[in-house]
Amino acid sequence: MKVNGKIISITKSQTLIDFLKDNNYEITKVAVELNGNIIPKSKFKDMTIQNCDSLEIVTFVGGG
Amino acid sequence: MQITLNGKSINTAFTSVYELKNNLYPDYETIIIINGFQINKDYKLSENDSIVIIQKGAVPSKEEFESMISARHTPKVYEKLKKAKVAVAGLGGLGSNIAVMLARTGIGHLLLVDFDTVEPSNLNRQHYFTGHLSMPKTEALKKQISEINPFINAETKNVYVDEKNIENLFRGYEIICEAFDNPESKAVLVNTVLSKMPSVKVVAASGMAGYFSSNSIKTERKIKNLYICGDFTNGAKPGTGLMSPRVQICAGHQANMIVRLLLGIEDV
Repeated sequence: MKVNGKIISITKSQTLIDFLKDNNYEITKVAVELNGNIIPKSKFKDMTIQNCDSLEIVTFVGGG
Repeated sequence: MQITLNGKSINTAFTSVYELKNNLYPDYETIIIINGFQINKDYKLSENDSIVIIQKGAVPSKEEFESMISARHTPKVYEKLKKAKVAVAGLGGLGSNIAVMLARTGIGHLLLVDFDTVEPSNLNRQHYFTGHLSMPKTEALKKQISEINPFINAETKNVYVDEKNIENLFRGYEIICEAFDNPESKAVLVNTVLSKMPSVKVVAASGMAGYFSSNSIKTERKIKNLYICGDFTNGAKPGTGLMSPRVQICAGHQANMIVRLLLGIEDV
């Protein structure tokens, strides 16, 4: 699958929230697009991701 | 010959701009802009020239203001921007500077949203003065904008933006500028707008703390309808504070992306 433009491989399909946690993303600071669709935070635990998906994860850092 | 003077098409027999000026405005010192360029010597008039003559030191009328900005920005650009509406969420180092830039550019309608008041610690980077201390940021900024260009319609909302009020607050705005400080608030605004307001574009910011290279700050379109400006890495933290130059560079990126989107350019 593609994550932020890089090809990676996952061994088993998993929920989006598990994928984000396993890869140390802070759930409250991200915006996620899966295959071109923005995924609301409430759906993170329901969405399953698998090889061939394309994921774009934006992490916000503080300051303004 | 036919020329445009202060936004109005007129027929003139005068052959030079100083002749025109001395006849129409004999009593005062003026600024003269010809086809977008300010001149300080006489100029021979040609057919279809666009001339702006305004009194030095006086606040121009609405028509003079418009023709002056229009001359500076080219007329079609100005017309589009004048009709545009942009919402700025958060009026700190990014938002206050962005709002001022958009006002100077002639964006006709601005919505300014913040819940906070001006504090001494804001003055290192935010567009406020000591005279604004303790004022709501919305009010302080609206006052400045009315002095920069009295013909900009600046609407203010003095509220804390959260998931529940976003749709109501920003209804009717096709471009929302995310200019918060807190990363969780940035994510909430971006997520809510992108998922619930599918036609709206968000111009957000992430990473502008410290005094790292200016050139590391970029504009990227990371997700459909989401443009992000910043270095995407350097958040504000102890030891890496927010300083005026990089905050303003990032604000400039956001303001310019907003102008580009308003002019129909989606490319970063």
